[in-house]
Amino acid sequence: MSDMAIKLFSWINSRLPIVNTFERHLSKHPVPSKVNFWYLFGALAAVTLIIQVISGIWLIMPYSNTEEEAFSSIEYIMRDVDYGWVIRYIHTTGASLFFAVVYLHMFRGLLYGSYQKPKELVWIFGCTIYLAMMAEGFLGYVLPYGQMSYWGAQVIISLFGAIPYIGESLELWVRGDYYISGITVSRFFALHVVALPLVLIALVFLHLVALHEVGAGNPEGVDIEKHLDDDGVPLDSVPFFPYKVLNALVAIGVFMTVFSIIMFFFPEGGGYFIEMANFQEANPLVTPDHIAPVWYYAPFYTMLRAIPDPLGGLIVMAAAVAIFFVVPWLDRSKVASIRYKGIYSKIAITLFGVSFLTLGYLGTVGVTEVRKLMSIICTVMYFAYFLLMPIYTKYETTKEVPERL
Amino acid sequence: MQDKDNTRRKVLIGLTSAVGLSGLPFAATPFIAAWNPSAKAKAAGAPVKLDVSKMQYGQQIQVAWRKQPVFIVRHTKNSLKNLDLALPKLADPNSDEISEPYKGLYPSRSKNPEYSIMSGVCTHLGCSPKYYPELEPKPWDASWSGGFFCPCHGSMFDIVGRVFKGVPAPTNLIVPPHMFEGSILTIGEDKEL
Repeated sequence: MSDMAIKLFSWINSRLPIVNTFERHLSKHPVPSKVNFWYLFGALAAVTLIIQVISGIWLIMPYSNTEEEAFSSIEYIMRDVDYGWVIRYIHTTGASLFFAVVYLHMFRGLLYGSYQKPKELVWIFGCTIYLAMMAEGFLGYVLPYGQMSYWGAQVIISLFGAIPYIGESLELWVRGDYYISGITVSRFFALHVVALPLVLIALVFLHLVALHEVGAGNPEGVDIEKHLDDDGVPLDSVPFFPYKVLNALVAIGVFMTVFSIIMFFFPEGGGYFIEMANFQEANPLVTPDHIAPVWYYAPFYTMLRAIPDPLGGLIVMAAAVAIFFVVPWLDRSKVASIRYKGIYSKIAITLFGVSFLTLGYLGTVGVTEVRKLMSIICTVMYFAYFLLMPIYTKYETTKEVPERL
Repeated sequence: MQDKDNTRRKVLIGLTSAVGLSGLPFAATPFIAAWNPSAKAKAAGAPVKLDVSKMQYGQQIQVAWRKQPVFIVRHTKNSLKNLDLALPKLADPNSDEISEPYKGLYPSRSKNPEYSIMSGVCTHLGCSPKYYPELEPKPWDASWSGGFFCPCHGSMFDIVGRVFKGVPAPTNLIVPPHMFEGSILTIGEDKEL
């Protein structure tokens, strides 16, 4: 019996590189032996993506993408489909937590210089994933065709209208109708469930292939390739499998616990994960009193609102995301990790974190004079972190990075 | 000999690529065009026709064009005379801030001095303002001379949809393209525009 199994396996293996791939990318793939909790969010993001794909497929089945039925099909999922409410709340909680772990993953990158040579492409693929996620999240939010779906989409699509000359016709082209109708919903549905997931999965694949080519980083910013054993394996490394896999499994267990607590007890996340206005069907004639984005777009929405001119707001908002792509060339530091960078870098990243969180808070509350001023200050701080980076990373005194991890 | 071969190869590669690439815009056309409003959407957003001769003087009616409310007001002689009363309160009396299709034609801002036609969507956040034609003190304005008041955030407009100063709405109500054929009003189309 086991003889048969071995023969079958070797028959397959000589036609499909199973053992080779397993060794190259898992059991013999060296990763730094000492990392901290910040290095777990990549794995958690992968897990969340899988959760989103599976729960998404199950949501497609009962969902109806027409103007008349979109909203009621969501209610049907919530009330009439067995365990439909669980599947929907898995998807909505998953969306918010996907952004949460990706934001932490990105912040890890900024902290420990995970974009520095030769990891530029890993970083760029990552930024592209984030961009695709933002589009994916927006498109998905429109599908229930609730009040906030409608008016949120109204605000976002009218941003296209701010583009000179072609704006208005572009707006009409994106909607395919004179208002956000069933036509808009069904095309957003196609993009949300087929086009962007394909793009996302392809990008994740590229992100990982590029990462395995250049090797993972560590919080010390030590280049482990400098000290190899006789077989050419870095001395300060362990194989990815089983060490990092088991490590990640524990993290996934903790993450799933948090996930379940939110999903079962706080699925609306206090109005931050699913906004209250979205429990009402879309009404093109009545605007909700307070239009706010979901929390994960809030920092950028604040920037949009802080600029009085719509086109200017659009440019600032787009620049705020685009600037991540060039970080590998803005950082002129000799060292990668914040642990060995100078005081200016430490101050800068702290101010950046504070401004990002403040912008996020401001995006979820109404506008007052004081808050408007705060939004402008925080927007300036946000951009200053990036734009001044070539200066403060070049001229500050850094500490000596150790040879070994 | 070798050079000649290479040149030939380059020319052939260039030509083949050019022919191949020239197909790209053709192939892309159906995919881009399929996102334009469909014939059905266009028909649903087609101009609205109605007979306005049956309207009472001073009456305001609301019709839906492209799922958005459009207001039609038939003015009395007095209400047009009273237009000047609110003039000092207006933010943009001549509609300089927006692209106005019938600018300077009639005080009614439309193609007919007796009727005003304007979008019923508040330029602030899209609520629908309410019609208060009376010339009497109102809770929101002690010297109210007739017009529109938005219940959501308190924006005020005069009887032809011009916005007041110091209210949340940034601009006058939008005048959609329209035309009169006798007493038949068409909203959404103007053959002269």
